[in-house]
Amino acid sequence: MGSLSSLPDADKRDIVVLEGVTKRFPGIVANDSIDLSIRPGEVHVLLGENGAGKSTLIGMLSGVLQPDEGRILVDGKLTQITSPRHALALGIGTVFQHMMLVPALTVAENLLLGGPWWQRPRTEELEARVAEITRSLGITVKLHAKVSELSLGEQQQVEILRAMVRNSRLLILDESTSMLTPKGIDELGTLMRRLVEQGLAIVFITHKLKEAAAFGDRISVLKLGRKVGEIPSERFRALGEQEIISEIVELMFGKQKDDPEAVECPIRTICVEAAPLLQVADLAVAPTDNAPGLSSISFDIRPGEILGIAGIDGNGQKQLAEALAGQRVATGGSVRLEGTAIEMLSVGERRQRGLRYLTDDRLGEGTVATFPVSINFFLKQVGAAPFWRNGFEQRAEIDKRAAQLVREYDVRTPSLKTPVGRLSGGNIQKVLLARELAEGAKVVIFNKPTYGLDLANTLASRQRIRDTAARGLAILLISTDLEELLSMCDRIAVIANGALVGTVENVDDVRTKVGRLMIGLAA
Amino acid sequence: MSIDTPTVNATALDPTSAGAARRDILHRLLMTLGPILAALVIAGCILLAVGVDPLAYYGYVLEKGLFSPLGIQQTLTRMAPLLFLAAGLIVAFRAGTWNLGGDGQFLLGAVTAAASAPVFVQLMPAWLALIGSFLIAAVVAMIWSLVPALLRAYQGVNEIITTLMMTFLGTSLANVLVKLVFRDPGTTVPQTRTLPVEDRLPRLFDTTITSGLLLGLAAIIIVHLVMTRTAFGLKLRIVGANPRAAIHAGLGVPGLTIAVFAISAGLAGLAGAVDIIGVQGNVRADWNPAYGLAVIPAVFLARMNGFAAIGFVFLLSVLSIGGESAARRLGVPNHFTLVLVSIVLIVLALAEYVDHRYNQSRKA
Ligand SMILES: Nc1ncnc2c1ncn2[C@@H]1O[C@H](COP(=O)(O)OP(=O)(O)OP(=O)(O)O)[C@@H](O)[C@H]1O
Ligand SMILES: [Mg+2]
Repeated sequence: MGSLSSLPDADKRDIVVLEGVTKRFPGIVANDSIDLSIRPGEVHVLLGENGAGKSTLIGMLSGVLQPDEGRILVDGKLTQITSPRHALALGIGTVFQHMMLVPALTVAENLLLGGPWWQRPRTEELEARVAEITRSLGITVKLHAKVSELSLGEQQQVEILRAMVRNSRLLILDESTSMLTPKGIDELGTLMRRLVEQGLAIVFITHKLKEAAAFGDRISVLKLGRKVGEIPSERFRALGEQEIISEIVELMFGKQKDDPEAVECPIRTICVEAAPLLQVADLAVAPTDNAPGLSSISFDIRPGEILGIAGIDGNGQKQLAEALAGQRVATGGSVRLEGTAIEMLSVGERRQRGLRYLTDDRLGEGTVATFPVSINFFLKQVGAAPFWRNGFEQRAEIDKRAAQLVREYDVRTPSLKTPVGRLSGGNIQKVLLARELAEGAKVVIFNKPTYGLDLANTLASRQRIRDTAARGLAILLISTDLEELLSMCDRIAVIANGALVGTVENVDDVRTKVGRLMIGLAA
Repeated sequence: MSIDTPTVNATALDPTSAGAARRDILHRLLMTLGPILAALVIAGCILLAVGVDPLAYYGYVLEKGLFSPLGIQQTLTRMAPLLFLAAGLIVAFRAGTWNLGGDGQFLLGAVTAAASAPVFVQLMPAWLALIGSFLIAAVVAMIWSLVPALLRAYQGVNEIITTLMMTFLGTSLANVLVKLVFRDPGTTVPQTRTLPVEDRLPRLFDTTITSGLLLGLAAIIIVHLVMTRTAFGLKLRIVGANPRAAIHAGLGVPGLTIAVFAISAGLAGLAGAVDIIGVQGNVRADWNPAYGLAVIPAVFLARMNGFAAIGFVFLLSVLSIGGESAARRLGVPNHFTLVLVSIVLIVLALAEYVDHRYNQSRKA
């Protein structure tokens, strides 16, 4: 439908061809007769706003979902991909948007899962193979750590690794760069290039247009379940990065805009003499075998200020956020909110005093996937008026406010009753953002607030966070995305191995300074 | 933002949703009744294999459990303790807690009620005495659940194992109490003192049905409403559905866990009390009807929905009253009812699996 290029004529070279594939969910057509061809030697980038149907499409390629209409050809043969196991057997390896690892098992055990049950797992073989891949990827993976001990970013790396260990011919990456640092993203890009040169096919989903332009060979754009355009590889090669980006923007948003990510820098006035809203002194958390602790973390945030925490994921960001929110025991140090010590208070009490924490683990702890969207907005307020009175749920009040939030934050959901786990990744993220930004906050900890959001929503959310700060709140912004930190923060601290290795003001040469700090040099 | 997102709504509602809902209910009904029928057929084959006429067996079950006036009254009376137990299990299961210690809690509740009621009725007005006994039974059962509750809440020890162990201890302790402490000196068989019939819970109208049935119905409906409509119920469900989300949301998870154990065990204790004060009048040594385990499948089949659970408890009651009589008349072991219930469960699980696969392949 409406594809700019000619329909894919079931080319013999194509590994997988989708023809008129349609998938419906209650209340929505997630994919509307989509045609797509996936060729060896190409990185096929899939773009589209939140809820456009990208994950649904790859769900059908990886055997998790079955199409309602249309055909899937594998190697030119009509094939029904009946299960994830079948997809793997066909050589289709997928890194899903949300983590699919077994938290109670170690990384190595997770990588070995799915082998024939009668065989002993071949651990040595695996270790050699992993060493080879991690070297070329430039990452380190703790094979013997339990998955539950790892940060989400580390888990994402394990997922990428798992897909590669299996020798897939077609590698599907659904927003796999969302938790990597700029350097990690570049390395993944180089690796993808190397893999396609060896004849693999890659489907790469991202919300970052620069990545699409830099790593792709061909781009397909989805919108409201339809494929609205494709930039074929011949054209792709002929265009420069800026031209590609503006073409994508036009396809996605139907309107020309030059560099959408080039936003005006923050112009906020922070009262330097105002007392800090949040004061953290010598905060310490004990390390575990495979996760760093925190050692003497100290910083202040004044009203209206945004302090950024940069660093590679898994260096103590999660521990820091959790220790501040009260979810993790601190072994020492003090945390003061408006001058009063809160380090002994429970999670709920800290929240009551105005401390908010937006987690980066939206399905693991941020939401209850099986509960309706409406209830998930109020998970942290259960029992509070006006949504509950005398302990009884006030359906009407809840639905009214939820409908308002859905509209305000542009959450695309078939209804308020839809289980939140059924929403697209970005839309779940919007539910979380709406929940934490609602009234009563004084200090907000954002852990990767825009992770999984599409361009328009990312920009909108960043603006919302800036506005929040402008209202006099103190903001701690944890992110692996340096651009995000640069576009929002007043100061940026770098975390490495559970310690803050330096803090720099966000002025002109901050990019190099932060970069130096991250690789262990003085700023 | 300056980039305009199209206002086209991606969320157009399905126009046929009302029809879809009706189809859904029909499908549910079919998916429940179909397997039950299939299970009856399979159990019938087993009966045939051991040389019993299945039609005669089912005939007796229905006649005794459902159609004879005396039988249906017994069935409804039997429902009283089962409803309390089901209510307790609904709280536990919805909160993700596997309280499998129902039998121990039930028996301890029964023994305390049996021991206290005859004494209380001599000291105070009958209604107050009964309320007193109910309370004591509930409290004792709650205390019995404290060990698994604390271990679960603060040490993360799996409650399946601890509650099962406590149930063995509990049944033995109940026995010991009957034989050594509360034994009625006036009888030769070891049993507690008997509560006079006129002091027991009144019967409904002119029947033999105990008014405990109404208490049981009230308990399960209240539990259903609390779990689905109140903040407290929602908190418990959050803990059950995603404990990490509960911690993140700032809920006091250990406290809630202990509350779940207390409520669930308390209701099991009340089940014991209602059976004694309403029906039995005393506890004989070695008495253990094992209702606690029998109710678990009914609660599962009802998917922890209180109203559906009432239906399944009724079915279970018919089966167990009718089954006892049919067993006596046909020489089938009494436990055949359990065999029947487990076949129903297995067939239901299989049906669910097949349905799932069918949905998948139909879409492909
Ligand atoms: N299992 C499901 N049940 C019901 N609806 C679903 C299900 N999975 C996806 N949807 C709906 O299908 C639509 C497309 O979702 P999908 O996850 O494919 O979006 P996406 O393009 O991956 O978005 P994002 O960038 O936010 O991850 C959404 O409106 C979503 O609510
Ligand atoms: Mg997605």
